[in-house]
Amino acid sequence: MDLKRMGNQTVVFANPPVILSSYSVVGPKEGQGPLGKTFSKVWKDQLNGEKSWEFAESKMLREALEGAIAQVNVPSGHIDFMLAGDLLNQMISSNFAARQLALPFIGIYGACSTMALGMALGSMLIDGGFARYVLVGVSSHHDTAERQFRAPTEHGTQRAMSAQWTVTGAGSVLLGQTGVGPRITSATLGRVVDYAESNVNNMGSAMAPAVADTILNHLHDLHRHPADYDLIASGDLGAVGLALAGEVLKQSGRDMGTGFTDCGVMIFDANQDVHAGASGCGCSAVVFAGNIMQRIKAGELKRVLLVGSGALHSSTSALQGESIPGIGHAVVIEA
Amino acid sequence: MANQSSRQPTITVTPEQYKSLAQQYTPKPTVVKNVVRAFFVGGIICVIGQIIINLFVIAGLNRIDASTAATATMIFLGAMLTGLGVYDEIGKFGGAGSIVPITGFANSIVAPAMEFKREGYVLGVGAKLFTVAGPVLVYGIATSIVVGIVYFFLH
Amino acid sequence: MFEMIMPAFIVGGLICVIGQLLMDLTKPAFTPAHVLVSFVTGGAILGALGWYEPLVKIGGAGATIPLSGFGYSLAKGAMEAVGKQGILGALSGGVEATAVGIAAAVFFGYLMSVAFSPKG
Repeated sequence: MDLKRMGNQTVVFANPPVILSSYSVVGPKEGQGPLGKTFSKVWKDQLNGEKSWEFAESKMLREALEGAIAQVNVPSGHIDFMLAGDLLNQMISSNFAARQLALPFIGIYGACSTMALGMALGSMLIDGGFARYVLVGVSSHHDTAERQFRAPTEHGTQRAMSAQWTVTGAGSVLLGQTGVGPRITSATLGRVVDYAESNVNNMGSAMAPAVADTILNHLHDLHRHPADYDLIASGDLGAVGLALAGEVLKQSGRDMGTGFTDCGVMIFDANQDVHAGASGCGCSAVVFAGNIMQRIKAGELKRVLLVGSGALHSSTSALQGESIPGIGHAVVIEA
Repeated sequence: MANQSSRQPTITVTPEQYKSLAQQYTPKPTVVKNVVRAFFVGGIICVIGQIIINLFVIAGLNRIDASTAATATMIFLGAMLTGLGVYDEIGKFGGAGSIVPITGFANSIVAPAMEFKREGYVLGVGAKLFTVAGPVLVYGIATSIVVGIVYFFLH
Repeated sequence: MFEMIMPAFIVGGLICVIGQLLMDLTKPAFTPAHVLVSFVTGGAILGALGWYEPLVKIGGAGATIPLSGFGYSLAKGAMEAVGKQGILGALSGGVEATAVGIAAAVFFGYLMSVAFSPKG
């Protein structure tokens, strides 16, 4: 059988799946940021009338998933699989959103890299002939993440200068076998890489080697150069991680040039007091579903490499002194 | 399309080199600014405490009772400012200046308890009241007992 | 009403500076909870050695409002109670001396937690 796999870690789709629609819902702080106008929907507050932040996050994910379905003429009964993930224990946001949507559901966890992972898996399902339509969505919420991973929100503490701000947002895409829209042409699934960073207030530094490893393998597997892409965007490395990944790639023989950026750097302004930038599943999801999709459709970007970045630790492993393993998953989107 | 190439692309930075790179790229805490702010915020909180002590003395309490009553008042103020959502803003500015005073102790009690109200009044509020206060009482009381025992045998 | 203001400001400010340096110059795992525990334990030990007492005399609230003052009261209470009732005082003295503070923290803490909801 003819394998669709290239090189070390990359899959190339014979019939590249189409991104039929995308939808993004964000919280108020994200709405006030520089990309505010590119999101489909901005909530007025962090709760949006729900009784807890966890309920609110699940609702936000549901709105994003339903929003993507509503934009195209695909009856929801025709959607073969829903892939979703989030950061909360046992992925409650996704599970409870899936309860309402009643679609065959695959919960996936790649920490903040989940959007790229879901797009890669969804494309594999479609190109493999197992599905015609796959719905992919992820969410994160600043306050649910704070209380699970860090301190209660009203605790009077100072955030480290390298700390990142978890995005309150949910993004989704509907992938189809045929149709009109940008296509996902290949994907490089990452290895878990751990360079012994154990500071939970410096996730960018923990994830940068993993992202660099995935980009290095991607370029090698497809015999490409950074200049072959109009945009290479990592998921949520933040300012510290982005600089580190660039430096690591440079020392490994790949100069990324000026087209290398990070969704976590794009989504907030310097004056929004987020320190090193944004993080969270929702970060790369809403930036891709909003800003990047618009720029692809407008013809500004022809070929984009989205590299989701994930920190695969838990609050338990951090307390027990383990370092933070990182992962990077890359998908190529072409107009 | 099958093209099973052998491995090779691996980043050429060693973990040791990465550690120094990470240190170089990670912004340092602004220690001087933080220290100045901690000094002023901590100093002002203690001044408020002193004024409350002085007022209790004027009201007729002796020095020791006035000091105890002032501590209870400061705990009340710290707890209330946390409930009103003000204390975390003071903390962001003042750092240790608002953590070390007894008002910071009150903040560390109310902040988790209030947030876990949605998980119920017994296992939420009741249990989380002691997330930080628990360790403080454990180590404080245990130390005082050891001090008392040592004192007993020395005298 | 305004006596002891400057000493309280300076002593209280300096004690908080020690806490800030502990947080900024040690490894990141040293959280506010660790700061509070260090201060209460440190205050109790300094109190036992008789080194905290002068600070309270000079600084007033500047030395009693920081959590090290809580530790000092615990140790002082334990030692005084040992003097009065012997070894049993080691167990009862600390908590008795700080009972108002502990009870106030539990009661007001509960009250405020029930009355308010977090803003996020």
